[in-house]
Amino acid sequence: MSKSIQRSVRGLIGAVICLGLWQLADQLHWVDPTFIPGPVEIGRRVWQLFGTAEFRVDFVATLLAWLIAILSATVVAVPLGLLLGSMPVLRGALSAVVDMLRPIPTVTLIPLVLTAFGDGAQIKIILAAFASIWPILFNVIYGLREVDPLFVDTARAFRAGRLRTALSVRLPYIAPFALTGIRMSAAISLVVVVSTEFINNAGIGFGSYVVLNGEQTGDTPMVIGGVVIAGILGCLVNGLLQGAQNRWFSWATEGA
Amino acid sequence: MFARSKFAAIVQRWLVFVIFVLVWQWAATVVDQTVFPTPSAILGQVRTLWFSGPPSHLFLGSRVSDDILPSIERLATGWAIASVAGVVIGITLGLSSTLADYASGVLAFMRAVPPVMLVPVFIVLFHIGDTMQLATIIFGSIWPVLLNAVDGARSVDPIKRDTARAYRIGRVRWITTVVLPAAAPKIFAGLRINLAIALILMVVSEFVGSPNGLGYVITNAQDTFDYKSMWAGIALVSLLGFMLNRLLVAVEDRALAWHHSSTRLLEG
Repeated sequence: MSKSIQRSVRGLIGAVICLGLWQLADQLHWVDPTFIPGPVEIGRRVWQLFGTAEFRVDFVATLLAWLIAILSATVVAVPLGLLLGSMPVLRGALSAVVDMLRPIPTVTLIPLVLTAFGDGAQIKIILAAFASIWPILFNVIYGLREVDPLFVDTARAFRAGRLRTALSVRLPYIAPFALTGIRMSAAISLVVVVSTEFINNAGIGFGSYVVLNGEQTGDTPMVIGGVVIAGILGCLVNGLLQGAQNRWFSWATEGA
Repeated sequence: MFARSKFAAIVQRWLVFVIFVLVWQWAATVVDQTVFPTPSAILGQVRTLWFSGPPSHLFLGSRVSDDILPSIERLATGWAIASVAGVVIGITLGLSSTLADYASGVLAFMRAVPPVMLVPVFIVLFHIGDTMQLATIIFGSIWPVLLNAVDGARSVDPIKRDTARAYRIGRVRWITTVVLPAAAPKIFAGLRINLAIALILMVVSEFVGSPNGLGYVITNAQDTFDYKSMWAGIALVSLLGFMLNRLLVAVEDRALAWHHSSTRLLEG
């Protein structure tokens, strides 16, 4: 435990040193501050952004789209994974189709979906959910293969039905795998949501705001501030999901 | 036995693929709409756009140099630079666990940044053009390889470390003959992830700022409601990603053959 605390403290110290060097490089004009502004300037800009009502609305819109996308992907992928994982014939047939669809980078579909189905918020949610389904699905199917046959046989010996076995033996077993998939999906769906907002910059959202108010006016502190906000957001969500995994599924990592 | 089941799996896979395409063809013909063209129409469009040139040019059309080559060039250059830099920096950091600890905070943050957020940054810094696209691809796709190289370099067996020390193995030989091979499986896993990210960044950076390339073909088709060309672009990008991934897997299988056989031996 103390080892991991030491690691975190060192990580923090390293980050502070990097920020300090960056600020110093700017102060001493080693790099042109109008080209790459220092961390203090960027921090000030981020603070200012959260003070504007318009930005807050866009930011919340993106968060909501992201959340809904992850939730709907989970709701679709977990039962689908359970179904596919329990029926080898179905899995064989569908894995071929899935293998075919998976190499399509979801971002290439953005222009198509935008022109075909309009540019409302539902579009970015659908695209992000589509991209998020795969990691969850694969992790669930993978987890099912790892289920101890002894548990399934025990359930059968107690004459538990197919559904009962799926719900009370398989589902708890695959939960940690599903959470790992959700953690991967969280990163992917944020990419898709933000990309859709870039391309459809007339819409509402964090990405559109950055393009309209930062990129098109050449406001460097603002676009780098956008990266910082997105990075912190990603760190927070990842840490939260990792924490949930450690708290609720620590038995899974102990066993493995 | 093994060969036969493998063969059956391939047959099954292609059978499902053929059925999928046939159903799509049938559905797109029956339902009168323009958004989903039939697979044969998409294939035809791919041919007329890029493969209708004279035989002397291997049938490559004149638009290949405008649409396909710039994309491949950006992807290959960006990915190669990111991979080499990622491995070098990652191994260097991984050699010292203290150094890796100090870097861990910054690395965790950089990994959490959605790579596409970098597109507006580099547009502002370098304006629209090849520099901006390369910078986006490199900076966005370096992290998976770098982090995996750090992990890989730290995973060297302590017995090997002690053995090397006992034999007074030099630093260069230690890195090239022990650390690199030990980290190779992790590095290859990282290479596959960063190839996927590089492909996405190539497309997105061409969407928002490029006079050529496959991403430009797709957005240009979007502006003119040319669904067939849009699908042709999507098909080609997917094919490109698929083939590059296959190529990488093939290289990995060759390069890591020793690793697979040794783990198989260990597992009995």
